Amino acid sequence: MTEFPILSLVTFLPLVGAGFILAIPGGDAEVVRRNARSVALWTSMITLLLSLFLWVQFDTTTAAFQFEERRAWMPAFNISYHMGVDGISMFFVLLTTLLTPICVLASWETVTDRVKEYMIAFLVMETMMVGMFSALDVVLFYIFFEGVLIPMFLIIGVWGGPRRVYAAFKFFLYTLTGSVLMLLAILAMYFTAGTADIPALMEYGFSADMQTWLWLAFFASFAVKLPMWPVHTWLPDAHVEAPTAGSVILAGVLLKFGGYGFLRFSLPMFPDATIEFAPLIFTLSIIAVIYVSLVALAQEDMKKLIAYSSVAHMGFVTVGVFTLTAQGIEGAIFMMLSHGVISAALFLIVGVVYDRMHSRDISTYGGLVHRMPVYALTFMLFMLASVGLPGTGGFIGEFLILLGIFQVNTWVAALTATGVVLGAMYMLYMYRRVIFGKVIKADLKAILDMNRREVMVFAPLILVVLWMGLYPAPFLDVMHVSVDNLIEPFEQARRAASGVAVAGR
Amino acid sequence: MAEVPNLIPALPEIFLVCAAMALLMLGVFQSGDEGKDEVKTAQLISNLSLTTLVLTLLLVTTIASGPMLTFGGMFINDSFAVFFKVLVLIASALTITISQEYMTRQGIARLEFGVLILLATVGMMMMISANDLMAMYLGLEVQSLSLYVLASFQRDDMRSTEAGLKYFVLGALASGLLLYGCSLVYGFAGTTSFDTLAALFAAHPEEAPSVGLVIGIVFILAGLAFKVSAVPFHMWTPDVYEGAPTPVTAFFSVGPKIAALALFLRIMIGPFGDLAAQWQQIVVFVAIASMVLGAFAAINQTNIKRLMAYSSIGHIGYALIGLAVAGQGGDGAVREAGIQGVLIYMAIYLFMNVGTFACILCMRRSDHMVEDIDDLAGLSKSHPMMAVALAIFMFSMAGIPPLAGFFGKFYIFLAAVEAGLYGLAVIGVLSSVVAAFYYLRIVKVMYFDALGDSLEKPIGRDMAGVLVGTSLIILLFFAWPSPLLSAAAAATRGLFAG
Repeated sequence: MTEFPILSLVTFLPLVGAGFILAIPGGDAEVVRRNARSVALWTSMITLLLSLFLWVQFDTTTAAFQFEERRAWMPAFNISYHMGVDGISMFFVLLTTLLTPICVLASWETVTDRVKEYMIAFLVMETMMVGMFSALDVVLFYIFFEGVLIPMFLIIGVWGGPRRVYAAFKFFLYTLTGSVLMLLAILAMYFTAGTADIPALMEYGFSADMQTWLWLAFFASFAVKLPMWPVHTWLPDAHVEAPTAGSVILAGVLLKFGGYGFLRFSLPMFPDATIEFAPLIFTLSIIAVIYVSLVALAQEDMKKLIAYSSVAHMGFVTVGVFTLTAQGIEGAIFMMLSHGVISAALFLIVGVVYDRMHSRDISTYGGLVHRMPVYALTFMLFMLASVGLPGTGGFIGEFLILLGIFQVNTWVAALTATGVVLGAMYMLYMYRRVIFGKVIKADLKAILDMNRREVMVFAPLILVVLWMGLYPAPFLDVMHVSVDNLIEPFEQARRAASGVAVAGR
Repeated sequence: MAEVPNLIPALPEIFLVCAAMALLMLGVFQSGDEGKDEVKTAQLISNLSLTTLVLTLLLVTTIASGPMLTFGGMFINDSFAVFFKVLVLIASALTITISQEYMTRQGIARLEFGVLILLATVGMMMMISANDLMAMYLGLEVQSLSLYVLASFQRDDMRSTEAGLKYFVLGALASGLLLYGCSLVYGFAGTTSFDTLAALFAAHPEEAPSVGLVIGIVFILAGLAFKVSAVPFHMWTPDVYEGAPTPVTAFFSVGPKIAALALFLRIMIGPFGDLAAQWQQIVVFVAIASMVLGAFAAINQTNIKRLMAYSSIGHIGYALIGLAVAGQGGDGAVREAGIQGVLIYMAIYLFMNVGTFACILCMRRSDHMVEDIDDLAGLSKSHPMMAVALAIFMFSMAGIPPLAGFFGKFYIFLAAVEAGLYGLAVIGVLSSVVAAFYYLRIVKVMYFDALGDSLEKPIGRDMAGVLVGTSLIILLFFAWPSPLLSAAAAATRGLFAG
């Protein structure tokens, strides 16, 4: 392993870029805007390239943390600056660094107000998100986890829609409430184990009684972040009011905090409680999948519909995670990654027509295929990916999750699988109403197809989605060893329970 | 008895009090008869006061070497005292810095201001160093009397006069309670010395203290709770904060509060440390009540100074969690963690609060001060830098990482969890979510609302300096927390060693 602190560089480079933007001298407003955009784009592109090194250099044969860095931070408290990634977190870092330049590019022309602050907010957020996924110290983790709230609050509140204040407050206070309970759990863990180091905490083994409480406290935070039914109500509001790029980051990365948190904390640190609470998670997830899908079916607002679809998809993810099987968990991670790309793309797709018509209502549109063929094709691809068409990234995740849950509980599997059908219903229904039919509305007659910048925004996402669907092996290979390591204790328990001799293997 | 007491430990106080007298005389002789010189004199005096405070700060830090007792054991100078004295001196110096422009423009630039701040500082330093009930009361009164005058410094203004009077009446009542408590303790224990009291209670750990003594402690607690404005002795805070001239409010919210808290810690841990079972529940109650009231009562405030009053009540509640932890008993390390949490919390609180008040002092529109939260509408457009600074302070007070305010809460809650005070910790974090709402509201007004009437600009150079300094401290604390942590640890050890 090289001594080069590549992970810190990926984490804090966006912050350096934000500093540069801050230093742009005032003067001609147009010049300032252009400079801010270019600096943000360059910074995020360089960060993306650097983060690709992580993948290239990643050793897929070990479950240990890689690219580790450790520096004394609060030595008196035994809290250190400890970073590192494993097969579970590595792709989330990449997802973040991929989506940030896309967000910058997507806001290139649409955001004209306070561009400097906007770009700074996105770059700061990138730092927080990458840091969150690669922190290996609970206190550091919490700082990044919570720090995201500040830029996101400002992004929704400053550049959002008409009800942005309500949405921003709801987002902030919901997430904060969950998180402070997690903070107490973190403190209790830290006090009990005497360390804040995540790898050390994974080894520690908390007492069964304590696990229950800790698990619940972490659940409070992750369930809100993910979000799970019934604490999902902040999400539609936040999505509808946030600017397009804000929705992209929210759906693409922030929702993954919860799923990642379950994998990083709940499963390895509180295994007994995890087994104990799995039925609760299954119940909530099934409700999310079925009920929220039905709610999505009734939506008239495109962004709201996609927001509800996100909740439903996250229901799949939680089911997958708590199957505690290799397929289920790999499927869940894969689904989070593909959902990160697909839902990001869907929000961008809504953004494209919103920029032209300033309406997100499905009823505003109709017959767009006649005026915007390229757009219709792109939309179709991502819509089908979201539904889980084989050949796209969405399929692999759903398939693996269902494979995993069938081994555990057939009923849960059957009920979860209805979500696939319902997902197809609301997506196709929306697609038909927006794209097909005749162009009858006068103001749609002059609508223009996607321009070169917009095509450039979607091209990488299309590439990734198809790649994930057609040849998922490179992605799954990275996760494989880490996931096996994660479920090892559960496998042991299962073997012990079913009486199969370990020696027999 | 003819022996001259060792003056070295009290040298900073002696220097400060002499300087204050000298400045007073200098001012009186300078100003002469003509009124037009008054402003110049006032500025001279406040600049000299600032210099004096800086010199005192140097003195305090240079003579710090282990615990030193003097005046027959009534006065102690240990690392705990040094830590708090540094905070108080910084608070006084910052207050003078941010007040100059305001005083001149409000037409109340008088030489007494600087001198009164110096005298109040002397009182606070004596409180911090008190090692005897009498010395404590003496310090408290020197400080309080200066503060009563400061509260009504704008004597032609109804609100200011009212604030001063209110503060005086209620403050005198609290001092009376405190003194009554002291006399009960003296009557039942037979001594006023902290060291003797501590030895006395330590010698008879099994024996239940007499009822009179417990009542005395409760009275002392009530008097001190008044001074730190903890619920249920907080009623004066919003009115006085609103009425007093803003720089004075800024001073009230940091200096006296920090000094009184230092006294609170010393008296509870020192002489009454072994009676923790008697007072710990009261502190728990006061902490919970302060946090909850601070969070809920602030929601409906429209005046930013009143809001800050409730916010400071809430913050004291959090700080008192640390004391409740120290009173929980058990492991010595846990008790130290509690006190250390309080010290870190108060140090961070100092910078957040001074910074916020510097922002409030910049809220001026066509030559009169405005104090409504709505007056900040669209501040991010008209004063981007000031808006960023205020947003940093607000997020920090709400306890959002990576800002310093988060770390303050972090150490406090850590101590609470270590001591097993889960109920207190849960109430604490939940009330911090409620409090986050009103801190966010200020951010909302600055960033989300359309620009109304712009506030005056540019802001003064002193203000800009204080704003940049305090906001950088709050923003970058996470990068290098060790100096404060180790200073607080050393101060805590000093308290427990004594």
